[in-house]
Parts: sequence; C-alpha cells; structure tokens
Amino acid sequence: MTLANVSGADLELVGIRKEYPGFVAVEELDLKIPAGQFFALLGPSGCGKTTTLRMIAGLDAPTRGKIYLGGKDITDTKAHERAINTVFQSYALFPHMSVLENVAFGLRQRKIPNPVELATEALNLVELGHLALRRPQQLSGGQQQRVALARALVNRPSLLLLDEPLGALDLKLRRQMQIELKAIQIEVGLTFLHVTHDQEEAMDMADTVAVMHKGRIEQMGAPESLYDRPKTAFVAKFLGQSNLFVGDVVEENPNSLSIDVNGHKLTVPKSRAEKHQGKIAIGVRPEKATFHENGKPQESSDINLIGPGEIIDIRFTGVSNQYQIDIPGIGEVTVFAQNVGKSPVTELGAQVWVSWKVEHAFGLADLPAAGEK
Amino acid sequence: MAFAAFGSAPAAASSTSSRKSGPIVLALLLPGLIYLGLFFLTPLFSLIITSLESPDPSGAIGAYLYGFEWQNYVNVITDYLPQILRSFLYAFLATFFALLISYPLAYFIGVKLRGRGLIQRLMVTLVIAPFFISFLLRTIAWKQILSEGGPIMEWVHSVGLLGPSQYFIGTPAAVVFGLTYNFIPFMTLPLYTTLERFDIRLLEAGADLYASPAKIFRKITFPISMPGVISGTLLTFIPIAGDYVNASRDFLGSSKTSMIGNMVEADFLQNLRYPSASALSVLLMAVILVIVSIYVKRSGTEDLL
Repeated sequence: MTLANVSGADLELVGIRKEYPGFVAVEELDLKIPAGQFFALLGPSGCGKTTTLRMIAGLDAPTRGKIYLGGKDITDTKAHERAINTVFQSYALFPHMSVLENVAFGLRQRKIPNPVELATEALNLVELGHLALRRPQQLSGGQQQRVALARALVNRPSLLLLDEPLGALDLKLRRQMQIELKAIQIEVGLTFLHVTHDQEEAMDMADTVAVMHKGRIEQMGAPESLYDRPKTAFVAKFLGQSNLFVGDVVEENPNSLSIDVNGHKLTVPKSRAEKHQGKIAIGVRPEKATFHENGKPQESSDINLIGPGEIIDIRFTGVSNQYQIDIPGIGEVTVFAQNVGKSPVTELGAQVWVSWKVEHAFGLADLPAAGEK
Repeated sequence: MAFAAFGSAPAAASSTSSRKSGPIVLALLLPGLIYLGLFFLTPLFSLIITSLESPDPSGAIGAYLYGFEWQNYVNVITDYLPQILRSFLYAFLATFFALLISYPLAYFIGVKLRGRGLIQRLMVTLVIAPFFISFLLRTIAWKQILSEGGPIMEWVHSVGLLGPSQYFIGTPAAVVFGLTYNFIPFMTLPLYTTLERFDIRLLEAGADLYASPAKIFRKITFPISMPGVISGTLLTFIPIAGDYVNASRDFLGSSKTSMIGNMVEADFLQNLRYPSASALSVLLMAVILVIVSIYVKRSGTEDLL
C-alpha cells in the first residue's frame, strides 16, 4: 500500500481567535499536534471546535493568530492550496460523479498521474472496491462515510481533518467505524485531527484529547490522564461523570490537604490538586467510590468517608448499577457498582456510608458553577 | 423525449406510476387526452394538410385545393432560407446571452441570498415582475428608449459606438437584445429552482480537494445545475426561434431582420399563401424537434436524476 509511505506534518496554532459579528467563536487557541498523531478536539456543540477545524482547513479565516503546517505559515493560503483534506460531517460527496470519480477528484485537480489506479487502491483500503462505479446516493450511510474517508486519504494529505464523521451513523456501525478508522490511521501514519462531541469516541480513538469549552481549550492530554485528573469542573463533568465537593482548606500536610464540607473532612493528595488554598473543589469518579450498608466502617487516613445517606435512585445499566445517594449536608453523590454477581444493595431507602481512597480524589483549579454540584 | 427535460425529478416517478393503469387512472387522464386531441393534434393535422394544398386552378387568391403538393416545402426552403438560418442564429445568440445573464442572477438569488427569505422572495418577484405588463408594450417601450434622439442613443453616438448615420433600432443587435430581454425570466426561473436546492457544502468539499474557484464552478456547480440549464435553454430557445414580435419592423427589427415567424405572419395574414405559411410552420417545428432531441440526448441529463 503506497499510502503507508507518507507521514503527516506537525500542525501548530498560535494565538488563534475568531470573531463573528456579535459573538466570539474561538477566544484564544494555542495548539500543537505532532506529526503522526491521532488528535481529538472534544467539546459540546457551540464550543468553537468546528470553527477551529474550518480555520485549519482554510474554509474560514482567523481574526487573529497564525497556523503553521510542517513549520510553514499557511494562515493566508487558500483552502485548495493546503495539503489538508477533510472528511465532512455531511460527507459532501459529489452526487453527479461515480464513487470512483469522487475519490479521484483531488488527484485529478493536482494532475497526479494514474488517478484511477490510486483511487481504486484507496477504495480497496476502505473495502469498497466493488462499489466503485455506483453513485454516492446508492450507498448506505456507513459506505458513504468510507467513500468520504477514501476521497480524503487518497491525496496523502499532511493532515486529515475529521468533522464528526461518525455522527450520522448508528451506534453499532459507529463502533465498527471507530475501530476501522483507528486501524487506517495507524496503517497510513497520517496526522489525524478529529472533532467530536462524543467523549467516548474521543477517548477510544485519540492519542491526545483536547477538551474545548467556550472557545478555549480547557485541558489537553492523553485520554487516561484527562480522565484520571481533570483540572476543571467542566472537564470533570464533560469527560465522564464526577462527584464534586466544595469547601475551605482546613488542614495542610506535606503530601495532602483537606477541606471541610459541612463537618465532613475530605482529603486529596497535594500532587493531585491544582489549588492548595482557600475554597477549592474536590472530586471523585463514581466508579472509584463504594458504599457500605452495614453501619459506619472503620475510619482511616487513606480513605475519605461520608455519610450516612439514603439511596434515592438505582439504575441498572447492564455492566454496572448506578446509585444516587442523598447525604444530608453534602447533597447527592453518585456511585457505580460493577455487576459482578454480588451487588451490594438493591433497595431504595437503605442507609449507607460512601467512601473512596484518598489517592483517587482530585482537586480542581476552579469551582463548579452555581447550580451544579 | 424533449418533455423529460422540463421536469427533472418526475421522470423517475413516472416509470413507477405507469405500472398501475386501472380505470381510475384512465378516467383521470381522459380530460387531458381530450384536450390534447382537440387543441394539439387536430390543429397539427390541419396544419400539415394545409401545408400540402395546391393552388385553386381558377387562380383566385387565397383559394386552395387538397392535395399532396410536396413542392411547397421545397419552395419555402429555397425562398426563405435566409430567414430560417437567421431565426436559429438569433435564437442561439439570444439563448446564449440570456444564459450568461440569468445564471449569475439565479445563483445570486438561489445561493447567496439563502437564509434571507424576504429579500430572496422579493428578488424572485422582481424577475417575474415584467410579466405584469404586456410584452408588446415592453418591447415598444424598448423601441422608444433605444430610438434616435433619446438620451441613450445620444450617448452612444457621442462616444462613437455608432456612427452619425447609423441607427440601433432595426439592426440584428437590437432584435437579439429584445429577444434576450423578453426571455430572461424563462431562463432565470428554472435555473433558480435548481440552484436553490444546490448543496453549498459541495463547494467547500471541492476547495478542500484542491479545486480552484473556477474549477469548482466547471466541475461541480455547473454540472449539478445542468437540469436547470437544460430546461431554461429549451424554454427560451424554442419560443425565440418562432418569435415574430421582436424582429418585426413595427418593433425592434427591420425588413433585414425578419425571422421565420415574420414570414409565417406575412404569408398567412397578408399574402394569403396558407400552404406556404403552414409548410414553414411544420418545418420550424421539425427542425426544433430535431435540435432539441439531439441536445437533450447529448447533455445526458438522466445522470442527474
């Protein structure tokens, strides 16, 4: 496969800002994506991620800032002059051309020799060689998505942009395409920039995830570290679920610090806390917490213990049970218990204590907005 | 076959509906069939019969006998060859200019004004607005506007576009101008309906795939808008080829600009040469049918359905 011989280029955004009449889509963006990486830009709709992608593709011009591709300033180059290709959310396949001609389109524009052979090769890569002469409208959604991918990949761009390309597919097909997409990225070694609002998709596929919120990047890192140590309330809530507790720092030890939440002392390792003074928020993931139904367990310095509280909601989701526990003075806490055959309590109204290891707690740089916990 | 070009989408639908041909379908079709028989086929046959009549032996003007006078066709071709060629030349030019003007206009209204419903509707209304006034009046008005002594012609003479003894009215250019002007709405509307549905995300996909704006237009926008181009050109070309108003000397033309329509009019109403006028009409119809069939076949609109 000749496609495998290419490697992507570094992408660097420096101080990018995009204003539209009446609102600012992207506040201030600095980003560096190393060559060959699968990078995900994750955020809710309206966070500016698609605008960022469009600026990189050259479909929109930034109000301020510079875009470098492979060290070269491409800020003022036109879309058709950039070695970047996009897989559009709508696929945007040309309805008046065959699948093969769709894929060969970019090659023909650049007058690359043997466009038909290369396009056939790319279609074989996405396992659609047998549908080359069909029209795009005659294909299913998943097939169209793969044609769009082949049409972009065949040009061997330095950077491939994916604008929520899996959004229109059903869950099963989406999972399958995620696996295929990742396999293709590893095979061809291109730099992929994937824009999505699906946090599972981002964590599943990307080497690096950048969480975007209100036109800024909130946090960036490997999926594991983002999930394990969210630094802001937004990331803690958007990437998975979190229980957050707000209180003043009342105790500071060499390795840890504790806050007081209405008489409950909660501790977090200093190395896992962004802020060490004043009012701070501490969080824990629901699956890291457990509950105890047989009275108050033994207190210990390496666990955080709150309670007693009442189970007010139980949800069965298959792999786990999700419990809502209302603890007076603290509020609602979510706990996930794996379904391993010995589920602890399954009745509403039970009085329980909730605990988690101090090492699983994380301290945030900001406080959750009023109204959310 | 030419009719398929006017409706882009229904062509696919008609093949499925033709499967059911119960009595209800027949009953629904009946009024249309009767109408076609009475007002299309009957006059058509009458026209063909008239075109083959021979002069009355008594020599009375306007009196003819039934016959098979094929010579009528040979006569009109030899007598009116310049007018026949001129008709198609004018029709071709006027259609071309109308397309040149209408395409950007339709693109502007259908694509650029998207999301501004009010202005868009207003612009479409403006395109149709000339129909509110009789087209004879509008053509007369142009004659006034472009006649000697008016400010426009004074300016044209002052900058030397025309010499002091040259007139604009009565020239082929004036006739083509009038034809173009009168048929622009027929070109713009089908183009607009096609371009209004055009998916502009394809433009971004084209730019993303290294196509320059000119290439995008040639490879994407124009081919996809082909159904509109075909219907528009047919809706202008066919009536223009038979038009007799613009080229008439009462309007924008002169005796040197007469088209087939003017000859038919003269033969029918002034010279009372009914077979000749009929032969000319049948000939015009046949030539248009051939041109249009080749055009629709060659342009391959079935790809776009």
